[in-house]
Amino acid sequence: MAQDRITNKLHSRKFTRNMVLIVILVSFIPMLLVSGMVLHQFSNSYNEKLYAHLKEMIHRHAQDIDSFLNERLHNLQFMLDSCDNVDLFNESVLQEKLFQLQQKYGDVFEDLGIINEKGVQESYAGRLKLENAQYSKAKWFEDALKKPFYISDVFLGLRSKPHFIISVKRVYQGKYFMLRSTINFEAFNFLAENLRIGNTGFAFILNREGNFQTKLHDDMLPSKKSYMDFISAGKKAKHGIYIGELTDDSDGKHIIYLAALLKNNDWILVYQQEKKEAFSDLIRTQIIAGVILFIGALLIVIMLSFLFHQIIKHLSEADREKEMMNRQIIETGKLASVGRLAAGTAHEINNPVAIMVQEAGWIEDLLKKEEFQEGENLQEIERALKQINTQGKRCKEITHKLLSFARKTDTQIQSVQVNKIVEEVVGISDKKSYTGITINSYKDQTIPPIAGSQTEIQQILLNLINNAIDAIGKKGGKIDITTRLEERFVLIVVEDDGSGIPQANQDRIFDPFFTTKAVGKGNGLGLSICFGIVKRMGGEIDVHSTIDIGTRFDIRLPRNKT
Amino acid sequence: MHENENTNKKKIKLLLVDDEKHFVEVLYKRLSDRDFSVTTTFSGEEGIQALRKVDFDVAILDLKMKDMDGIEVLKIFKKMYPKMEVIILTGHESEQTVGEGMEYGAFAYISKPCDFEELIATIEKAISD
Repeated sequence: MAQDRITNKLHSRKFTRNMVLIVILVSFIPMLLVSGMVLHQFSNSYNEKLYAHLKEMIHRHAQDIDSFLNERLHNLQFMLDSCDNVDLFNESVLQEKLFQLQQKYGDVFEDLGIINEKGVQESYAGRLKLENAQYSKAKWFEDALKKPFYISDVFLGLRSKPHFIISVKRVYQGKYFMLRSTINFEAFNFLAENLRIGNTGFAFILNREGNFQTKLHDDMLPSKKSYMDFISAGKKAKHGIYIGELTDDSDGKHIIYLAALLKNNDWILVYQQEKKEAFSDLIRTQIIAGVILFIGALLIVIMLSFLFHQIIKHLSEADREKEMMNRQIIETGKLASVGRLAAGTAHEINNPVAIMVQEAGWIEDLLKKEEFQEGENLQEIERALKQINTQGKRCKEITHKLLSFARKTDTQIQSVQVNKIVEEVVGISDKKSYTGITINSYKDQTIPPIAGSQTEIQQILLNLINNAIDAIGKKGGKIDITTRLEERFVLIVVEDDGSGIPQANQDRIFDPFFTTKAVGKGNGLGLSICFGIVKRMGGEIDVHSTIDIGTRFDIRLPRNKT
Repeated sequence: MHENENTNKKKIKLLLVDDEKHFVEVLYKRLSDRDFSVTTTFSGEEGIQALRKVDFDVAILDLKMKDMDGIEVLKIFKKMYPKMEVIILTGHESEQTVGEGMEYGAFAYISKPCDFEELIATIEKAISD
């Protein structure tokens, strides 16, 4: 039986696990698929949006820078177009022109100069003293001579400060001359520098040689890539923007970049940002989604386990109740047949026993007469007759117990106080003074009177107490009798700390004639009588017992319907 | 049918009704020995016949007999001669029959096998009441 329970438990545990797994599979697969798809779509559109935004920004900045350069060039071209070329060789005119430009555009134009075809600066307006400066060897000059106008790369030059030059070449009196202006690097640098996003997003400009054309912040080190790298590694998108990703060699960080060509492809504007930061919102969303999914999944698993556990519990409880009911039905059936048998035979047995007892009595009567008083074995005969009498009484006891099964109704049904009966029974049992055994009673004083037979309830309690005393034996112990009011029943618990009933016997203890007591000590009817009485009253009797710990009988007698 | 009426003292007249012949006989011997005037009958019918002739003081009646149910006999006894007390002495004890017996006017109820002294005491009590 215990084995059965263990296998049942294992089965139900396996069942729970399988069911939980199936439900998890069925519910999780669509959930994960949908979540994955949504997240994927979200990532894609986030990606697109982010890149579209960055592209737009880069494009705008590239345009801004280009137009800045073009405007400065146009300023110079306009200046040349709007005045006599010869005037410009006059330094004061040049000074005035510079003043006009600076008034209009601020510090953008640092100086102006006119250079002849030999590379000598013939006139100059500006803070530095660069009159007659020799540019013939300067690289920018060589390049500028080849073109009608020219914008140089950033270089240190004579002033040892980063700057770049815009020059326009014209012909005067058959000879070339050049209007040159130094552009304030700070003003230009600002155009790229203000392109900053977050902590790691910044922009810079490179020339074809890979030299920086803008100043960089100390904490912003661009990945060391050359101009061409950005173009060849990137993917070309709308507006001539290149998009790509690279890994920083120094710290292994993933970086995204966008690059736009400037100044007729001489320069390149690069915007770069750590991928982690650029996509931080997306990553956070992914993490949140993941956490929600995980918590949801965890909740589902917990709920499912809990629910299945409950269902299994209910099922096994129902099973147990059914099993108990079956057992009680069988028990009742057994008792009924024993009752019928008893009723049928008790009369037949009682009559011959009665005759035997009376005949013995008659012999006793006769022995008292004088003629027998001298008999040699008189005493022995008297003892034998007494023995016949005693054994006759024993037979009577057994048949009467048997007959008590056959009772259909109890004539003595009356209103009885369970607590009072408990008190009386405990009183009787105490008087018998079993050594080392204490009997305690704990009575619920709210118990109302119930309909029943005083003697029958006494009989139940006496039987159980006698059994408990036997179970405790000589070693001593205690018996607790507790009464309690339940919803539909009055509960009487008789509990001992005796030797307990082996599991194998627990199913049989209510069977008539089942006994573990020595021959002649018990007739095996006590508990089946108790069972019969309780059943007739519409009550229940249950046993819970553990070897060497004790036994508990729960008797539930129905309350009066109010 | 045994009769025992030849003593000077006014004896208590007992009627035994039981189909268990050996039981009736031994009881007859023991009761006669204790100076009762005992009449034995072995069926309900015989018992009724006997009562027609003699006004018994006490009847000792079995409940389960072949010809008639003891309860029926009791009813007839009580109708014929209500002054006679009836003690039910039976091996077929059940609360139902006990209840019925008492209801129809039986004086007492003793189950077989009975203690002889108890029976005597019950008879004497029936007489004195």
